[in-house]
Amino acid sequence: MAKITFITSDNEEIVAEATSGTVMELAKENNVNGIDGDCGGVCSCATCHVHVAEEDFEKVGAPGEIEADMLELEDNYNERSRLCCQIDMSDAIDGVTLYVAN
Amino acid sequence: MKKSALPDPFAQAREAKGYGTVEDQNDPVTMLLRLKDVRKTAKDTKTFQSGAVPGRIVVPSEVSIRDTRQIPFEVDPPMHGEYRALLEDWFKRPEQPTYRESLEEIITELVDEALQMDSLEVMEQFALKLQSRALTLLLNIPYEESEIWIDWGMHVFRSEESALDGSKAAILYDYIDEQIDKAIASLGDDLYSTLLRSEIEGRKMTKEEVKGVMILTFAGGRDTVINAVTNSIAYFAEHPESLARLDAEPEMTTHAVEELVRYFSPLTHMGRVVTEDTQVCEHAVKADSRVSLCWASANRDASTFENPNEVILDRKMNPHVAFGFGIHKCLGATHARQVLRTLLAVLAAKVKKIEILDYKENIEDWEEFQRKVGYDSIRVRFEGK
Ligand code: FES
Repeated sequence: MAKITFITSDNEEIVAEATSGTVMELAKENNVNGIDGDCGGVCSCATCHVHVAEEDFEKVGAPGEIEADMLELEDNYNERSRLCCQIDMSDAIDGVTLYVAN
Repeated sequence: MKKSALPDPFAQAREAKGYGTVEDQNDPVTMLLRLKDVRKTAKDTKTFQSGAVPGRIVVPSEVSIRDTRQIPFEVDPPMHGEYRALLEDWFKRPEQPTYRESLEEIITELVDEALQMDSLEVMEQFALKLQSRALTLLLNIPYEESEIWIDWGMHVFRSEESALDGSKAAILYDYIDEQIDKAIASLGDDLYSTLLRSEIEGRKMTKEEVKGVMILTFAGGRDTVINAVTNSIAYFAEHPESLARLDAEPEMTTHAVEELVRYFSPLTHMGRVVTEDTQVCEHAVKADSRVSLCWASANRDASTFENPNEVILDRKMNPHVAFGFGIHKCLGATHARQVLRTLLAVLAAKVKKIEILDYKENIEDWEEFQRKVGYDSIRVRFEGK
């Protein structure tokens, strides 16, 4: 079971947890504002863009090449940007904080 | 080659130079063929404009047959964002459970009907009906209205003789004018009324603006959805194992839809007008010339997609651009996705086998590129479980 904290662009804080699926799915289940997940998680729509908190970035890890290509063109891109449909829920990311980019 | 296959005519030009050129009514177009170029260009709304003369960014150009600006698609920032924000919630309604249930009813009825028939022509007897009936949900108007649109036949803008037929387009425009007047007379909870009630920059939307949105809603989702539905049926006819797999693993449906849409790319490309002398893939393009973002080619770019010419239903990384990319990405995508997800679910649950009896391909002619986008007609037989 991993617990994730989402912070939306209007500073709402949502804490949610799950054992499987992706972080995007978790965000959608919990109606996190700014995470639309239009493409269902295939890395095509970039509507699941988050910034990983600085202290958690190592835990979450860097994007792969295809994901990085998508992110590079996004508004609000920074060096801790990820598409959260590409982050799997697992114990390894327990306690992580993610800032919704949109 | 399988009957349902859509070959990629762009591969060689994409790899060799990255672009192609088409002559279009004395206003040539440089087609961008690589995924990265297409994405970059789509994001650069300053250099590559959508808000040109109405009809000019469409290829073939519609400048000679219309002057109503389609909204928000032929508008640039910052106005684009204002319009888009007004429309976003409405076009997200397809995610609501009641909407999904109604869609399922519409599609189940059509599939049941198809199962009863000896054979059917999919474009006219299935896809056109499905698209028209589903559109009543998107507009939130009575189901019966779809009968009028079905009667228009396959093409509102195209006739047998011409790819651009002004007199046929007039049918749609007159119809929309009439509907707007009706809504003005008595506002309801349909899309026309919602738009008429909307405010943009502190004023009410004009009739012409409402018309611009409505034309886009009708035109943008017609042949695209019809082709996607028909191509899906052709695909499953030749891949019954995929249908069986979707039935066993329904959680795969979302991925499958994205992959089919990537592979089909129902809209081949969309243009932009260049605002200043610049370069695309090391090729110079002049101010006031046109480029197009070739979604169909980008979606087969082997530098991103492994085995791009194969349908891999559970493809995990699928950064396709079949619904466009950037701020102008398809406004109707949520509706289209819901239509296709529902179609796949209903087919998987009810259909054992589909047999293709006869077909005529629809090949678009882009000079050096001949692209199959779907069918002019395709006759099939459905077999139930
Ligand atoms: S949900 Fe579409 S890219 Fe993540």
